[in-house]
Amino acid sequence: MYSEKVMEHFRHPRNVGEMENPDGTGRVGNPVCGDIMELYIKVKDGVIVDAKFQTFGCGAAIATSSMVTELVKGKTLDEALKISNKTVAEALDGLPANKLHCSVLAEEALQAAIEDYRKKV
Amino acid sequence: MKKLIYLDNNATTPVRPEVVEVMDFCHTECFGNPSTVYSFGRNAKRVMDESREKIARMIDASKDEIVFTSGGTEADNLAVFGIAKANKDKGKHIITSKIEHHAVINSCKALEKDGFEITYLDVDKYGIVNLEQLERTIKKETILISIMHANNEIGTIEPIAEIGKIAKKHKIYFHSDTVQSIGKINVDVKEMNLDMISISSHKLYGPKGIGCLYVKKGTRIKPILYGGEQEHHLRAGTENVPGIAGFGRAMELAVTETDKENKRLTRLRDMLQEGLAKRIMHIIFNGHPTERLPGTLNCAIQFIEGESLILKLDDLGICASTGSACSSASLEPSHVLMAIGLPHEIAHGSLRLSLGRDTTDEDIDYVLDVLPKAVEELRAFSPLYKEFLKKGK
Ligand SMILES: Cc1ncc(COP(=O)(O)O)c(C=O)c1O
Ligand code: FES
Repeated sequence: MYSEKVMEHFRHPRNVGEMENPDGTGRVGNPVCGDIMELYIKVKDGVIVDAKFQTFGCGAAIATSSMVTELVKGKTLDEALKISNKTVAEALDGLPANKLHCSVLAEEALQAAIEDYRKKV
Repeated sequence: MKKLIYLDNNATTPVRPEVVEVMDFCHTECFGNPSTVYSFGRNAKRVMDESREKIARMIDASKDEIVFTSGGTEADNLAVFGIAKANKDKGKHIITSKIEHHAVINSCKALEKDGFEITYLDVDKYGIVNLEQLERTIKKETILISIMHANNEIGTIEPIAEIGKIAKKHKIYFHSDTVQSIGKINVDVKEMNLDMISISSHKLYGPKGIGCLYVKKGTRIKPILYGGEQEHHLRAGTENVPGIAGFGRAMELAVTETDKENKRLTRLRDMLQEGLAKRIMHIIFNGHPTERLPGTLNCAIQFIEGESLILKLDDLGICASTGSACSSASLEPSHVLMAIGLPHEIAHGSLRLSLGRDTTDEDIDYVLDVLPKAVEELRAFSPLYKEFLKKGK
């Protein structure tokens, strides 16, 4: 049911683990199924220079976390805020309809991390 | 491709070669319609009757008490709706449990919309139905008690003989979904005071799309499918003769081999359970410790999610299943795991391994070798595990 791309990111998730002293942290829970995603970013001169994640969730949740960390690296905060769950799902060659809500989790975690960063500075 | 380790035998089983053989014979040598008069059609009828007799013998019933259906789901539907239709003048109350298969639960829910009152009995933490509550909720309008013999997810075996006694005392029809128990533990309709039981062929190494409802002589029941006069007027439609022949052979073999296979599977399952308990921290085993199907192992592995574990196991050549919310279309966790009182986040990490005829000692060793590593990998990036470890320090 998952695309090859999803499976590839699931099997070899990029940027996994906790980040030491992140500049922004976003933690969101999925109200639909109860999963949790944590996203950490490092910001330098308004650009996201590093991103990492930790996820307790399904294959799609893990793959979208991995993909979103890849997508944000090198982007300015404003550019990163434009990344929607659709962008993430498309980058993974699509998600099954009942798994689209997992990509919303990725979008929300990213927004929360940026918000957290902006609150701090 | 690497070896496939199939540990999802509660979902379905492979068809045995002995069964394929009789089915092939039916497909080629006796394709006639059993309702016809000429001898070629009668051959098909004979094959069907022989199968019916075999199945009846295996559960201590007589052959005119077997109604072939398209499987377990239809048998459950026939029992629930068939009794409801034929007995609604007596009353519109049905008692079932919270852990039944959806074939029973959703049939009951449909009846609720038609004005029936349904009591869904609670179960304890092992999944055993509350007998005291059963006795308490019986009333003069109660027309049916439907309690499964063994649960497909956690393997818990219900006290069917005791429920049978209660049903008999109150003169209420008693149906049991024995789809998971036949061929794994003993089922005797007389000893257990059963009026109806559902059986599905594909759970006992027979073909899919065939099963039966045992209906005790004298039971007031109406059909749910109308048409021809097949199956004692209880199930219209030209019979699935190859399926019926295969089902009969599979049932005969499974029931005859029950004791031997039960011992073998219990040993393997216990080996698996002990091995996992030793190798994985924070694992909870579900279902009754002893009153449980021999090959069923259901556990909840904390801090990880079941669907992702199933995907990892799939990469390792292992087929298993989970009751996690993420793996279901409705995104609800398994109703069985909720009914035994598991918190949502623990049900999230549920894993069911169901062993079968093909499972070997080597398979168990392999699972014990690779499963703990897969769990480690997923826990390595679980925010819940991280928090748990920090709290511990
Ligand atoms: C307990 C139980 N009842 C009923 C069924 C449905 O049987 P079938 O697949 O033959 O419709 C199943 C299998 O999924 C089951 O495990
Ligand atoms: S996160 Fe639960 S379904 Fe994907």
